[in-house]
Order: sequence, then C-alpha cells, then structure tokens
Amino acid sequence: MPEKVTLVIFSGEMDKALAAFNIAIGAASMGMEVSMFFTFWGLNIVKKNQGPIKSRGIMRKMLNFMNRGGSKRLPLSKFHMLGLGKWMMGKLMRDAKFPSLDELIAIAREAGVKFIACTTSMGIMGISKEAFVPEVDRFAGVATYLAEAKEGKVNLFI
Amino acid sequence: MKADATLDCSGLYCPMPIFHTGNKLKELEAGQVLEILADDEGIKVDMPAWCRATGNELLDIEEEAGGYKVYIRKSK
Repeated sequence: MPEKVTLVIFSGEMDKALAAFNIAIGAASMGMEVSMFFTFWGLNIVKKNQGPIKSRGIMRKMLNFMNRGGSKRLPLSKFHMLGLGKWMMGKLMRDAKFPSLDELIAIAREAGVKFIACTTSMGIMGISKEAFVPEVDRFAGVATYLAEAKEGKVNLFI
Repeated sequence: MKADATLDCSGLYCPMPIFHTGNKLKELEAGQVLEILADDEGIKVDMPAWCRATGNELLDIEEEAGGYKVYIRKSK
C-alpha cells in the first residue's frame, strides 16, 4: 500500500503553485500517492486559460471577471509589479530550463497525481466544472480530503 | 563504475532529476545499475533521501568538475 500525500492548494499565486507541484511531483516519483485539493483562490491554477467563466448573478459575474484565473494569469505572491516581476521570473525559469507551470501540471498528471476541485468554493463563487482543465477529474468536499489526509504521511496547506 | 543505463539530468533542477530517475528505473530490471549525471548540488542529499524512501540502493556519488555521477541499483 503506497504512502499518501495530500496537498490543500488554497493560494492562487504562481510561485506557490510551483512549490506545490514540485512537492507533488517529487512525492509521486518516490512512489507516494498524491492528491491535490484545489480550493478558494487555488482553483485559479486549474482553470482553463481560454474563454470566459460563465456564471449567474451580478456579483458572481463580477467576481469571475476580476478573478478570471488560468495557469497563465496567476500573479507572483511577491514582486509581481503589475506583471513585470512575473515576466522576469518566467524568463529566469526558462533560462534555467525549469518547466513552466503548465508543464509541471502535465508532468504531475502523467505521474499519477490526483486533482480534486472543492465543490463548496465552486458553488459559492459560481464556477462550473466546464471552467476547469481536463486534468481535474474529481469534484468533492472536505470529507474526501479528510479521508485521504487521515491516511496521509504528509499533509500540507499551501 | 559500470552501469546498465545512463540518464543525463545535466542542467535540471529539483524535482526533475528524481522524477526522471524514477521513470528510468521502471525500464530497468531488479539488480541493474543506473548512472545519473547531474549538476544541481541538491542531488548530493536528495538522491540518498530518494533511495531511502523508495528502497533502491545508492551505490555511489562521484563528484567531478562541473557535476555529479550518481549510481543506483534497482532493488525490486
């Protein structure tokens, strides 16, 4: 029985997402079973980059317009500088031959990492399943997380 | 040291070397030796940790100018 690792991805910033996927890929390569639970702003990481987010109600429409999300739209948690800092970080990563966030998502998926989106956040914010990349294969709540975390050797909140 | 296969991870940062190592070892038979070339200094402590966690045998880490050569024997 493989050891379990669970990651709660609450934050929607690029640098935090990179750290989360680093840990997920590392754990998967060590034969561990990894689940990533995306909730709140963390859902932005696994939203599609194309098309608008459709939702009902003026407040949700406004929220989803301002909080569009998508792996290519995430800010840096520090020194974002209206995108300049992010652009520079992207350049440094490319120069260092480090995979982009999109590549890390694909690698994690290929390594068997499970992607779970929190249905409570989706409901409150008015985000439908169609808003997410196909890598997200489960939509669930806190009981699913806790059932996994209870058996987890490593459980992190990012 | 003689290896059955070589994996070049030069220029790659964590977690890519251990990720590729895990994939490459799947192609080998138990008892075979994999040589990994890397130049990220973290590999010196990361690879022993990876081997402890996965149960593979770390045979040697050779330090050379510009990089490291790591030898792992696949255990199962």
